[in-house]
Amino acid sequence: MTAAPLIEGERPFVFVKITVNGQPTEIEAGITIDGLLDTLNIKRQYTAVAVNREITPKSEYGSVKLSEGDKVEIVRPMGGG
Amino acid sequence: MYDSNLVLGGKEFSSRLIVGTGKYSSNEVMRTAIEESGAEIVTVAIRRVALPGSGESILDFIDPKRYTLLPNTAGCYTADEAVRTCYLAREAGLGEMVKLEVIGDQRTLFPDAQGLLEATKTLAREGFTVMPYTNDDPVMAKKLEDAGAACVMPLGAPIGSGLGIRNPYNIKIILETVTVPVIVDAGVGTASDAAIAMELGCDGVLMNTAIAAATDPISMAKAMKLAVQAGRLASKAGRMGKKLYATASSPLEGVPDWTS
Repeated sequence: MTAAPLIEGERPFVFVKITVNGQPTEIEAGITIDGLLDTLNIKRQYTAVAVNREITPKSEYGSVKLSEGDKVEIVRPMGGG
Repeated sequence: MYDSNLVLGGKEFSSRLIVGTGKYSSNEVMRTAIEESGAEIVTVAIRRVALPGSGESILDFIDPKRYTLLPNTAGCYTADEAVRTCYLAREAGLGEMVKLEVIGDQRTLFPDAQGLLEATKTLAREGFTVMPYTNDDPVMAKKLEDAGAACVMPLGAPIGSGLGIRNPYNIKIILETVTVPVIVDAGVGTASDAAIAMELGCDGVLMNTAIAAATDPISMAKAMKLAVQAGRLASKAGRMGKKLYATASSPLEGVPDWTS
């Protein structure tokens, strides 16, 4: 974990490293799946999320918090046969 | 002609052509081609979202209210991967009808029969309508039916090869072996291939590349629609017997005599 420079009057942000769709990503510690999807500007409809191989139901997006080393997969339908 | 509908997972479909959404030059061409094909079931792959998000979605071009989406498990090499992909598809809101692929070899994309059977059992137990892409093997087809598959989808030839129905006799035996619908999946290259599959007595045909990689995909989509209908009609009509020598179509009596 690394602490970001403290901005006066605000609490320090703590960042953790996770992997999203194979890409190393730094996120604010304690962010939920909802928070991650908002940050990445990803629509919820026809999207599914798995964290460390376990599929997260949409109803838990607001409560599941991501932590250091988590592997997140975000998928949706694409062209295919 | 009165014809029964294709029934899969309790849903009825009047079109017996299932089409894919891959390899199109543009989403607009894809949308029009699918419309022209008359298909009611459309396959999609499940893939990672491009990051950052907000790019256009394939579902901006295929209305899920109009078409039944059929997520596939293309690219899965184990039963576990395929099963997880189906769960992802269900969680994404794509329903419980799945085109199950468990691939055994990268070069031929032939199915891994063992993994396919295992995944079929698991998914059928979990309430999915399982449509497995399989070899043209009647023994395997029967095992898949017994495992709870909603239909069997033998290949006509390797995926994307366009080689046509390479073993019509095996397809015929599969038709006699199972009671679930038989849908030829993969190998169709042009309209006559689709007609042959239907003339054999198949319940449907699934294709992607034959339409998407045609010079004019929209015309080919229409050709495929007509071919599937023609083949179905011919199959129901019952073809004439084959004979080695000619049999005159015109009466042999009453021919004028021109001899002098």
